[in-house]
Amino acid sequence: MKSTRDKTLGIVGSANGRIVLACSAFVISMVGVSYAAVPLYQLFCQVTGYGGTTQRVEQMSDTILDRTIKVRFDSNVAAGLPWKFKPVDREVEIRIGETVQIAYTAENLSQDSTYGQATFNVTPMSAGAYFNKIQCFCFTENELKPGETMNMPVVFFVDPAIVDDPDAKDVNTITLSYTFFPQEPQNPVAAAAKPEADSDTL
Amino acid sequence: MAGSTVAHDDHDHKPKGFVRRWLYSTNHKDIGTLYLIFAIMAGIVGGLLSIAMRMELQEPGIQIFHGLAAMVYGFEGDSAIDGGKHMYNVFTTAHGLIMIFFMVMPALIGGFANWMVPIMIGAPDMAFPRMNNISFWLLPPAFILLLMSMFVEGPAGAYGTGGGWTIYPPLSTTGQPGPAMDFAILSLHIAGASSILGAINFITTIFNMRAPGMTLHKMPLFAWSVLITAFLLLLSLPVLAGGITMLLTDRNFGTAFFAPDAGGDPILFQHLFWFFGHPEVYILILPAFGIVSHIISTFSRKPVFGYLGMAYAMVAIGAVGFIVWAHHMYTVGLSLNTQRYFVFATMVIAVPTGVKIFSWIATMWGGSITFRTPMLWAIGFIFLFTVGGVTGVQLANAGLDRAMHDTYYVVAHFHYVLSLGAVFAIFAGWYYWFPKMTGYMYNPTVARIHFWVTFVGVNLVFFPQHFLGLAGMPRRYIDYPDAFAGWNAVSSYGSYISGVGVLIFLFGVWEAFAKKRIAGDNPWGEGATTLEWQLSSPPPYHQWEQLPRIK
Repeated sequence: MKSTRDKTLGIVGSANGRIVLACSAFVISMVGVSYAAVPLYQLFCQVTGYGGTTQRVEQMSDTILDRTIKVRFDSNVAAGLPWKFKPVDREVEIRIGETVQIAYTAENLSQDSTYGQATFNVTPMSAGAYFNKIQCFCFTENELKPGETMNMPVVFFVDPAIVDDPDAKDVNTITLSYTFFPQEPQNPVAAAAKPEADSDTL
Repeated sequence: MAGSTVAHDDHDHKPKGFVRRWLYSTNHKDIGTLYLIFAIMAGIVGGLLSIAMRMELQEPGIQIFHGLAAMVYGFEGDSAIDGGKHMYNVFTTAHGLIMIFFMVMPALIGGFANWMVPIMIGAPDMAFPRMNNISFWLLPPAFILLLMSMFVEGPAGAYGTGGGWTIYPPLSTTGQPGPAMDFAILSLHIAGASSILGAINFITTIFNMRAPGMTLHKMPLFAWSVLITAFLLLLSLPVLAGGITMLLTDRNFGTAFFAPDAGGDPILFQHLFWFFGHPEVYILILPAFGIVSHIISTFSRKPVFGYLGMAYAMVAIGAVGFIVWAHHMYTVGLSLNTQRYFVFATMVIAVPTGVKIFSWIATMWGGSITFRTPMLWAIGFIFLFTVGGVTGVQLANAGLDRAMHDTYYVVAHFHYVLSLGAVFAIFAGWYYWFPKMTGYMYNPTVARIHFWVTFVGVNLVFFPQHFLGLAGMPRRYIDYPDAFAGWNAVSSYGSYISGVGVLIFLFGVWEAFAKKRIAGDNPWGEGATTLEWQLSSPPPYHQWEQLPRIK
């Protein structure tokens, strides 16, 4: 009697066990997927320019169209960063495909060295994928000494493919917006240790 | 293993003593009862919050919340007004979270499904009775955490978390640095863990413990709906858990998942949240579909029309429900093609939902219908859910939604499908199964008055909100321009009427237990064909010691 019961329990138990195992694995993998969404989403934005993410490129455009486009510049400073930050020119009118350099200036109004990192986006968002930056102060962290004023160049062009995109072809004004956020200075010890570690691995 | 091999005489093996019977309970019917009691209590709390909001909105200006804030939090003078404004947002947030996680889900999934799914599929109990106990007892601490969050600091100088149930960053991260948000997040974690355990239990039970002959394609539709709901829970809740864990680490441990100043993106949270949030609304409504199918069939004395179509329509709704989430986010700047896709996918859901609505009507067609109380609620459900469905199809259009986004039109829409839809189905199920669960018959007159008062009340609350939304009244504000005053007053009167409805409901429950009218094994007659009606009322503590055989 007892052994038959145990046997039935064993069979049911293992069948139940398999389902529990499968379900738990499923739950854990879904948690994993939600975290995997973070890098995937960033990747997705960079590839597609989704949400006005601009493109970073090394090369300039090889074709320049006759059509011009207006590019406006916007600047913001987040709370906690005592900087004055503004574009040198409010807007420029450029030919599509033409590589141009513009500049922002930033001034540290405080008595201390402060560090800032800029984030950026482009509106209309559909134009984000065609706004290519070759050089930008936003690629790195910036340090300003007390009272220092810095000229911050941006080199960019608008990809001629924009005229073929049904979503973006009617765009004739693009706004590039930067926001500077305060940043903790990078740990100097770590920075100093870095080349050494490199030579070790080499 | 109490008495599994000993002689089976009359005694029912109930554990002796209150603590052993209820706190240590592993019996699916006892746990189901606990869930139902919990849902009623949480529903009363959530309902009181909503009536307070309607009292505030009855007239333009700030009427009661500065007083409430002064009373509860001890604000004085002008700071009471600011405190009151935040308190209103805290109330909307808590109302939403309580009604979703602590009222509808415990009632439908924990309560009715726990009670009826094992009986309907011919199983003696759930597959994991102890896990069932944990699932329930995780809920009260989660609920208490959420209530506590209303009394600790949220934003600087105010109490509670007021970001809405969607808890979007940055308001839920840097916007409300106090511990209130952490309490709410932890509460959601625990409630989510409870639901995931419950879902695993249901899936195992339904897959492994069906009686001989009970194939999946012969299984009652309520069991089908719970099976699909359990899969939705399993797929969506971990994503919410992931998202709110990121919120938690962003808040407390310096990560930057959603902080733009360190390369994060707040929109990512909205994607994660709605990947959970949209299936969640189907989690709330699918068991309701199952209940309503049984009731319509029982009181039309006909088998449900298009059984397989009904079952697979629910599968389709569940599946498509996972690929439409961004229709909650049309205004975040999705590309035109993305919007086109989400509009299309969202509208596709109307097809299986239509299959269900028309099948219910076809079930009634030519049937011998009796309008007993559960049937009233079920037909009320079909009518009101369809109204909510129609506004849902409208809101699915990105172009229209841009104007309607975050207005009372949306509030009216989701209350028609959830507050009027799911809640009507809960009451339908309550009156349908109350004689089975307790053995006593409710008082039909009281039950009918409950139905009509609630029906008039909730429609007065939410129908005028369509007009307010179309006129441009935004949601989640304590005050509004005078132009909106008229319909807001009507809406508030409706909420008082609905509140009276709840009192009538509670009176009806008390009356039934006081009068002890014996209901009999099957009070509904030949239309009630599912297995629970073959058992005594209330069912024995351990049912199906002889497994039923299904032809």
